[in-house]
Amino acid sequence: MTDHDPRAVFLAEANELLDRLETTLLDLGDRPDDSALIDTAFRALHTIKGSGAMFGFDRVAAFTHDFETAFDLVRRGEVPTSADLVNVSLSAKDYIRTLIEDPDATAPVIGEAILAELERLIRRAKEAPETELAAEGPSPDAAPEGWRIGIAFAPDVLRNGTNPLALLDELRELGPCTVVPRVADLPDLAGLDPESLALGWDVTLRGAATRAAIEDVFLFVRDDMVLTLAPLDAPEPAAEPVLDPSPAPVPVPMPAPAPAPARSVATPAVEPAPAPAAKPPEAERKGPARSTEPRGSSTMRVEAERLDELLDRVGELVIAQARLSQLAGLHADGGLQTIAEEIERLSAQLRDTTMSIRMVPIGALFSRFRRLVHDLSGDLGKPVTFVTDGEETELDKTVIERLADPLVHLIRNAIDHGIEDPARRSASGKNATGRITLSAEHVGAQVLVTVRDDGAGLDVTRIRAKAEERGLVAPGTPLTDQQVYQFLFAPGFSTAQQISALSGRGVGMDVVKKTIEGLRGSIDITTEPGAGTAIVLRLPLTLAIIEGLLIRVGEGRYVLPLSAVEECVELPESGRGERGRDFLNIRGDLVPFLRLRSLFEAAGEPDPYQKVIIVSVGETRFGLVADQILGNHQTVIKSLSKLHADVTTFSGATILGDGTAALIIDPAQLMAGGQIGAAADGLREFREVA
Amino acid sequence: MTDFVEAIEQGHALQAVMMRIGTETFALGAGMVREIIDPIPTTRVAGARPHLGHVVNVRGNVVPLADIRERFGMPITAATPDTRFVVIELELDGDPTLVALVADKVFEVTAVALESRQPAPKIGTSWRPEYIRSIVKSAEDFVIIPDMPAILN
Repeated sequence: MTDHDPRAVFLAEANELLDRLETTLLDLGDRPDDSALIDTAFRALHTIKGSGAMFGFDRVAAFTHDFETAFDLVRRGEVPTSADLVNVSLSAKDYIRTLIEDPDATAPVIGEAILAELERLIRRAKEAPETELAAEGPSPDAAPEGWRIGIAFAPDVLRNGTNPLALLDELRELGPCTVVPRVADLPDLAGLDPESLALGWDVTLRGAATRAAIEDVFLFVRDDMVLTLAPLDAPEPAAEPVLDPSPAPVPVPMPAPAPAPARSVATPAVEPAPAPAAKPPEAERKGPARSTEPRGSSTMRVEAERLDELLDRVGELVIAQARLSQLAGLHADGGLQTIAEEIERLSAQLRDTTMSIRMVPIGALFSRFRRLVHDLSGDLGKPVTFVTDGEETELDKTVIERLADPLVHLIRNAIDHGIEDPARRSASGKNATGRITLSAEHVGAQVLVTVRDDGAGLDVTRIRAKAEERGLVAPGTPLTDQQVYQFLFAPGFSTAQQISALSGRGVGMDVVKKTIEGLRGSIDITTEPGAGTAIVLRLPLTLAIIEGLLIRVGEGRYVLPLSAVEECVELPESGRGERGRDFLNIRGDLVPFLRLRSLFEAAGEPDPYQKVIIVSVGETRFGLVADQILGNHQTVIKSLSKLHADVTTFSGATILGDGTAALIIDPAQLMAGGQIGAAADGLREFREVA
Repeated sequence: MTDFVEAIEQGHALQAVMMRIGTETFALGAGMVREIIDPIPTTRVAGARPHLGHVVNVRGNVVPLADIRERFGMPITAATPDTRFVVIELELDGDPTLVALVADKVFEVTAVALESRQPAPKIGTSWRPEYIRSIVKSAEDFVIIPDMPAILN
């Protein structure tokens, strides 16, 4: 990190914590009794408060403190979690985020309202289950005499920056302590690793400290330690002397000494947990807390721009390597060729590794939508369960970032239009709770992202009627269902009778289509009346490097994305005239074609044997006539300058082995350019006549 | 272009790269010129506007090659041994953009005194006035300070 701005570090950290808080709160909505979740949420709050204060985000710290105080009651089990509580906590979380991002534009009133609401909920909850709480057992908090505390850390806590002595000091602030180190596990001097902790402690704390206060001391290390707490007046835990029963633990005054000089004191290695059942057992708490809070020891944070830069460099390397290989091929120098091959192999590996660094699991994106579904289902009064699948599917990070908006639109549509209201669902014999499934999977070089609902399905007749009404299609034109569904993506198209706050204005779906096409992907729709709709986004794995087919048209060389190419054939005699019937017979199917020479206004004489490259865009197949097919090309995609934004035929450019630039043809744009559309219409007439 | 604005505000002279394009001499702020290269193979972009009809590979970036002679209605002549590509960086809608300019000959970097600057004459030229920031006198010649974003877009 060259960037040492501590505030930036705090912002990054806080963002992550807030995301985690949101996930945890949503989980808590599903599993209100999971105390590990409550703890995770509490820890996230506590950290935000602490670092917020440290970096001068005072309002964040103050608000989080109040929020934390209220939440603490939940943590201690005094107030049960409820859906209302989760909702208020979510708005509190949102408020913290705005406080961090734009403190000046955030009115304190909102924060006060949230806190007031929180307080109201808590008061109500506290009044209601008072009796229930009392029955929870002998008040676990009050221990008149004091506590016997057993502390055993995981050996690696020192490496994580935990200072056990500071924790012991903190403990001592709660009351007078007698601290006895456990030295049974201490290795010989020769085997002593100064970075790993072999000591444990037994502390006798006198005074009226509460159990919660003691546990709070260890709040941040609970996952890495075994803490046992027993009231002083309880019987001595069943200690099993490991070695000789030497004199009872010698009280050592604080501060506890660093590695004790001799192994004279024998103490029980780990005390059995005699804790009253107020809290779930340690092991149970540890499991889920670990999984929600992955430890980042083997990963590092890198700025995204650096990865982009790395990819650029690798792209240049691949181009330079292609030039080297070409040059080496011209020389009969065995040594040169060996080196060229070696470099070719290395740069291919380097390219793959770089690409894999940029691959991010889609799960992080998916989890963002849980909140959306949660809120929408509340706003619309349609109970919805949200299921995700394939979170581990990896995609280029640029693709993932650009997927967020389209998915928001699709999910909104699915809930607003797809899922029927509970009454209608029950009437048609469905579960009253709707279901939205968001899934991702790898299929070949593509990733399929699917938004599926179990709603009413699309109404083909209605969409068609609307399309005819809007003049998008002439009445009576024969269309396949797929073609009808494509109207959904026309700008301003909406079949909704009423415009709701969420959707119905017809804005959105065209954005979805544009974004997906911009990512060189496509959209499929499948629907079944009464059973629901699935919208499948087909996306390329990466945007940066594609396999291409290099072709020559006149003097110019162009690249076609290999993923769109189906086959190559020679242009038959009948098609060689400048204007003839621009159809080919491909195994019985009539396929229209475009002459790239005339499209690109190529100079010079056409080659005598022209080639046709058959490409497919969605369901349409068409041919592109070129002079020559030069072969496969590893295409590092360079975007065209803004100044060329008006040229839509090309989706980008690449650099060839000899250092010149070649343009990448976008078959979808060629088709949209009209010629193929017209040709397809002609073809349809042709078929109808036939 | 900011260096030009700053130079005017401070009443300083503009450090400019002088070049001949077509029949005129142009001055481009030295700050916007990235490099000057010998002509390299170009790739024609079918369907692009005539003054941006080609792209070139400049250090791994595919950069539009602008021929502003077309914008000033000057005849397009074949390249000579003096022809150079001047790679400039300019702000377009807030984004830095690289463009290569075809120059018939590139001269030295000169300090152009801005006190002598005048707007483009309303009559006597067929040039679109928005293409020209001002005309200054350098040595015995009149030099055009072009408004590159306006010319290119």
